[in-house]
Amino acid sequence: MIFAWPAQPVIWILAGLFGLLVVASVASRMMARAPGELRQRIRTWWVMIAVFALALFLDRVGAIALFGLVSFIAFKEYLSLIPTRRADRRVLFWAYLAIPGQYLWVAEDWYGMFLIFIPVYLFLGLALRMVIDGATEGFLRAVGTLHWGLMITVFSLSHGAYLLNLPAEGNPAAGGVGLLTFLVVLTQANDVLQYVWGRTLGRHPVIPKVSPNKTWEGLIGGVATTTLAALLLAPLLTPFSLWHSLLAGLLIGIAGFFGDVTISAVKRDLGVKDTSTLLPGHGGMLDRVDSLTFTAPLFFHFTYYLYY
Amino acid sequence: MRERIVTALRYLFFLLVVRPLVLLVLGINLRHGERLPKRGPAILVANHNSHLDTLALMTLFRQSQLPQLRPVAAADYFLSRPWLAWFATRIIGIIPLERQVKPGAGDPLAPCDDALERDEILILFPEGSRGEPEQLADFKSGIAHLAKRHPGLPVLPVFLHGLGKALPRGERLLVPFFCDVFIGEAITWSGERRGFMAELEAAMAELAAEGDFPAWE
Repeated sequence: MIFAWPAQPVIWILAGLFGLLVVASVASRMMARAPGELRQRIRTWWVMIAVFALALFLDRVGAIALFGLVSFIAFKEYLSLIPTRRADRRVLFWAYLAIPGQYLWVAEDWYGMFLIFIPVYLFLGLALRMVIDGATEGFLRAVGTLHWGLMITVFSLSHGAYLLNLPAEGNPAAGGVGLLTFLVVLTQANDVLQYVWGRTLGRHPVIPKVSPNKTWEGLIGGVATTTLAALLLAPLLTPFSLWHSLLAGLLIGIAGFFGDVTISAVKRDLGVKDTSTLLPGHGGMLDRVDSLTFTAPLFFHFTYYLYY
Repeated sequence: MRERIVTALRYLFFLLVVRPLVLLVLGINLRHGERLPKRGPAILVANHNSHLDTLALMTLFRQSQLPQLRPVAAADYFLSRPWLAWFATRIIGIIPLERQVKPGAGDPLAPCDDALERDEILILFPEGSRGEPEQLADFKSGIAHLAKRHPGLPVLPVFLHGLGKALPRGERLLVPFFCDVFIGEAITWSGERRGFMAELEAAMAELAAEGDFPAWE
């Protein structure tokens, strides 16, 4: 079996997302002065939501593999942007092998290994591998940036995939697929909502040194609407009580903001605007999953602690 | 019959091996893709850092244009072993070029002329070899001879970056990196060799300056 039929509420959510896409496409076509970038962005949303829908219709292992592909693209973007040493070619190759490794532990449902593989074994192993080559000039920067990239693009994101392993009894409404849908839909909605609130009402910058366009109005409006959406979606997709739904909404809204500005800080440091040109109108994969790198591990542990 | 099998093999090799390798394992950041010629004759002139350069440039075109794409490659290297020669000429579709001009051997550029007469698109690396990875070397002037013989022929400078990091000369292990491909404005024969070469090298340097590449030492 490659395909699996997700729980009914997940299908309604997907239908709702495609409905929103239709509305957005029609509206951007009717607006005579809609900027070309907006239309391009909506076209790319069609592709991304189609891929997300495909992931939800794949069986557990298939969906985990697709998550692994997202990590691979994001990690490749990261390695292509940071300064690297020619001497580390082979070390980088080993670092890439961490991706199938990490997602294998997810697929095997080996929780202990999933938690320590990158933070312990690769943390030590990549340093060891670099030392064997003996290039000491720029060693600390090379080993530090490499491990940071693995943590953000592989370790963090793999927590989203691990939601699929959570036993169905813990979430009778929609199972692990429901929790993953809740996380991804709210994280991406939060990005869009913060942007829309910021564009319409934004006056006071939050963190001007990193992201001049991020405003308090955008942040507060975004977090508030994301929390509202969490309250509406939680009964369909999660086992959360009312209080926990509220907390989950706040967590995703605020953590999403910090994920976004963290990747912005990285790009500012490296002097680039986008992480690649993979997703026209959005930039690269890492631009799109920046918020998810923070929300996935935090939401996973929130849920795991309270309900499993 | 045999011809058709080779054509099918070539098509499948690009569809099932080259495109997934270049577009998924590596990944291309293309700038100014709208400048690519819709049809031949034309020459793409690129800097050369890796065996992957040719494959990356060939994936910029539609799969249906494959029969028109002809990379020009060193005969002394690619024809040195029978299996490699078969693969290079039949599957990749190279035009072998003698890098050392031997007296009385005839015109080394004649096969390129013929290809242009057939409206094909040539891919040429005027640095002559892959050289030091990610370093621009001086251009050889064979390209000027071709441009002179075909006035009005569009010659497009293409700047490549990152493929030399993914698979530099002398390495067998491929390490995935996103690669940058910047397409320049087409240049045509200006009537004078030195001026033409200077124009081409200046266009290349300008393309290279568009990127802001991370250090790789």
